[in-house]
Amino acid sequence: MSNNIKINVCMGTGGIAAGGDEVMAAFDLELRKAGLEADVEKHCAVHRVGCRGFCARDVLVDVSVDDVRTTYQYIKADMVPRLVEEHIIGGVPVEDWVVGQDYHDFHDRQEKVVLADCGQIDPEDIQAYLDVDGYKGIVKALSEMSPAEVIECVKASGLKGRGGAGFPTGMKWQFCAANKSDRKYVICNADEGDPGAFMDRSVIEGNPHAVIEGMSIAAYAIGAAEGYVYIRAEYPLAVERLHKALSQARAHGFLGKAIHGTSFDFDIKVKLGAGAFVCGEETALIASIEGQRGMPRAKPPFPAAKGLWGKPTVINNVETLANLPFILRKGAEWFASLGSETSKGTKVFALTGKICNTGLIEVPMGIPLKEIIYDIGGGIEGDRLFKAVQTGGPSGGCIPVEHIDLPVDYENLLKVGSMMGSGGMVVLDENDCMVNISKFFLEFTQSESCGKCTPCRIGTKRLLEVLTRITEGKGKKTDIDLLLDMANDIKDTSLCGLGMSAPNPVLSTIKYFRHEYEAHINDKRCPAAVCRSLLTFTVIENLCKGCGMCLRACPAGAITGEKKKPHYIDTSLCVKCGACFDVCKFKSVIKE
Amino acid sequence: MIDLTIDGRDISVPEGTTVLDAARLLNLDIPTLCHDPRLKPYGGCRLCIVELEGVPRPVTACTTPVAGGMVVTTESEQLYRLRRTVIEFLLSDHPNDCMVCQRAGDCTLQELAYFYGLRDNRFWGERRRYDKEDANPFIKREMEKCILCAKCVRVCGEVQAVGAIDLAYRGFNAKVCPPYEKDLDCEFCGQCVAVCPTGALTGKVWEAQGRQKDVKYTETVCPYCGCGCNITLHSVRNRVIRVSSRENTLNEGWLCSKGRFGFEFINKPDRLRTPLIRRRKDGPLEPASWDEALGLISSRFEGIKKEHGPDALGGLSSARCTNEENYAFQKFFRTVIGTNNIDHCARY
Ligand SMILES: Cc1cc2nc3c(=O)[nH]c(=O)nc-3n(C[C@H](O)[C@H](O)[C@H](O)COP(=O)(O)O)c2cc1C
Ligand code: SF4
Ligand code: SF4
Ligand code: SF4
Ligand code: FES
Repeated sequence: MSNNIKINVCMGTGGIAAGGDEVMAAFDLELRKAGLEADVEKHCAVHRVGCRGFCARDVLVDVSVDDVRTTYQYIKADMVPRLVEEHIIGGVPVEDWVVGQDYHDFHDRQEKVVLADCGQIDPEDIQAYLDVDGYKGIVKALSEMSPAEVIECVKASGLKGRGGAGFPTGMKWQFCAANKSDRKYVICNADEGDPGAFMDRSVIEGNPHAVIEGMSIAAYAIGAAEGYVYIRAEYPLAVERLHKALSQARAHGFLGKAIHGTSFDFDIKVKLGAGAFVCGEETALIASIEGQRGMPRAKPPFPAAKGLWGKPTVINNVETLANLPFILRKGAEWFASLGSETSKGTKVFALTGKICNTGLIEVPMGIPLKEIIYDIGGGIEGDRLFKAVQTGGPSGGCIPVEHIDLPVDYENLLKVGSMMGSGGMVVLDENDCMVNISKFFLEFTQSESCGKCTPCRIGTKRLLEVLTRITEGKGKKTDIDLLLDMANDIKDTSLCGLGMSAPNPVLSTIKYFRHEYEAHINDKRCPAAVCRSLLTFTVIENLCKGCGMCLRACPAGAITGEKKKPHYIDTSLCVKCGACFDVCKFKSVIKE
Repeated sequence: MIDLTIDGRDISVPEGTTVLDAARLLNLDIPTLCHDPRLKPYGGCRLCIVELEGVPRPVTACTTPVAGGMVVTTESEQLYRLRRTVIEFLLSDHPNDCMVCQRAGDCTLQELAYFYGLRDNRFWGERRRYDKEDANPFIKREMEKCILCAKCVRVCGEVQAVGAIDLAYRGFNAKVCPPYEKDLDCEFCGQCVAVCPTGALTGKVWEAQGRQKDVKYTETVCPYCGCGCNITLHSVRNRVIRVSSRENTLNEGWLCSKGRFGFEFINKPDRLRTPLIRRRKDGPLEPASWDEALGLISSRFEGIKKEHGPDALGGLSSARCTNEENYAFQKFFRTVIGTNNIDHCARY
């Protein structure tokens, strides 16, 4: 048996949900049972690691023997004995469980910076971070660079904020640095309220020290001695790892007084958010930290001039901050060499929807949409047709198939009526109804509006009402124009980014899929067969075997038929729940 | 000083002035609902939007500080359209029962609807329903009429420093209420009522007492204390139905609960109208003329002073008197009566 065995168990939230804790415990147990007690610590270490993106395949386990790594997928605790016996003791990998080519395609096409160490190192051990050159960025800044030089370096890198708006980070810092004040603050925005987004959570769960280091670099650059991480309380694992990392960083002298023997003092507090999407907006977030109702206020003044407790404040997104240690360590030129002409570096996306490889990905800015969807994402599930991809979450828009070659960066996404947002990417196929999709996003923004300003408070409600009536077949001929009027006026008059961008899904779906709206309104038909009120369920006689499954499933008693004879659905009784469609094994119930 | 141009006119204003204040110096009329010069800018209603040259979206004049070389437009077709949409949104979630509303004729929302010609509404939809009546004794709170300008919340916190109400819930369901939506239980200064631009907050005492057109306004000074707040009596057919105060007074329009709500005694038949004298021991108090009353007081003062000396007398004055009155009072006691026995109710 080799002397150099390393086992990494994926323990992001996805990994833990799939049974990561049990798998880890099973390894400990099996190794001890096999009489390798001494070796567990010395020669055969089991590590927890953060999410590596391919959550659909969890629990993922790496077994490295003499640095030859084998990755296993879908591992459960009861599979561990065989892994220990055959691979660790016997030296022969268990081929049946090893990941396939698609796993490698998923990873090989990516360009990992922020996620490079996520899933590779133990996020609960500062030594693991130090072993991959962690904290060398802040040490370099402190020992070799003035704050102004740090700002120059970040400016030269071309890094733009990853929290949505894409504002150049170095410039933001420069504004803040220029404001004289007895106190300044750095805030890490880890609110991440978009439905389906888990980029920032994965970074904190997988490599919390990188975020702490990024905040320290920002603090040094602007002259702040205090920082806050505003993180949603629904992220217990991230919060726990963050707290662990903070105390380790303090113990190692990376936080606290006179850091690295300089006059730089810096420490970080954690503030839990109660889960309001709008509290991700920077001024609302600041109000929330101050103990007030989380509502945005007008800018100017910007936080860089008047932020937390009225003091100059830099507020940056988790991913923005996690890029900084690399920029400082590897240099601005290196970072600027990644990405497109106007957008530098990489971007992390949460790839979800009707795509084969659901997960967390990191790609260079400017990568064609097509590569993300087909090469990394593995294409659309089943043999269905790609319809659109929604980027930017509820604030973004739908990009249709004609823009499939679009290079994905800040500028190009805006050009086609969507936006980067924080990096949600939902893939839609022919079975998705675009009116329904825009209704889905409006439901979210409408219920998350803070209510401060009129157009967002009432306007999003009215948009949703009109969308709802269209999906129910009660749309009026004038509704598309009404939606457009409302959407444009809400965009122009809302106070904060939530209201300004809430109409985007409506505008972009009308722009690219107007015919679907028209079908709902004029023909009372949902082309994707999604909007229940517009569907008719019928049994195709010659396919029906008369098994009676549908009859038993129907809650409305709308189905009649004798055993082994074709059944019949009475549309006047049908409540359109779709139960018959779901249960029929012979696909003889159709909806249209 | 900062130089800028508003609607083609040059103006120079001190740094920190808002675009709205600068425009008002030029007598330009920008509609507002959530702005009050006495409160911090809020930017919630979005009516005061204006266009700035070089800025793609309109900005709110009430929150935007002026900047050198700024070129502001306060009226355009697009601005008219956007403001109209905002008002239309508000009216689509409003009871629109102006015919029975206390504020009819004195309501900013009604006035805006009138000027923007909003009879129909493209956006009719669900309306907030708040049936529960607030049982507090002074303030009628009809929150269905509330447009969420938060002026009441801000005046209660910023001016009155009480914080009895705040916004609760989110989005369409956002609502101004006391903690846990209980009945209002506060100082009842009524500043919130004074700033509310709609019929959401009114005084229970003046409910259904008269229409705006019948109201006669009388400027006077509040008699309750020596501060001397300026008040305006609203009367209908010689009956006082309400007290308010103008913003441009020494008290800036702010009043206390007594000044604002404590006027009903004026109309009470049993209120004192003449001096009363008890002519026999254990007898009733009987009406008398001022001459008789003052004569009686002066003769008793003289008698007591002669018999027991001046220190047998003492003067207790009232906080409802002005400084000047209190000064004359103590002077009278010290020099005419000859005693230093002087005190004042405000000491206790
Ligand atoms: C409604 C709304 C929600 C937002 N949510 C987030 C969020 O969850 N995380 C985030 O980093 N930024 C969010 N933002 C953007 C922030 O206001 C801010 O621009 C960002 O944190 C700045 O950091 P950056 O420059 O590093 O991107 C949100 C903005 C709006 C309008
Ligand atoms: S746009 Fe919406 S979320 Fe933003 S301030 Fe207005 S009501 Fe609140
Ligand atoms: S009456 Fe005065 S104290 Fe009471 S809620 Fe209104 S402003 Fe606040
Ligand atoms: S009650 Fe009146 S003052 Fe208070 S928020 Fe509503 S409309 Fe504004
Ligand atoms: S008056 Fe400016 S937003 Fe209301």
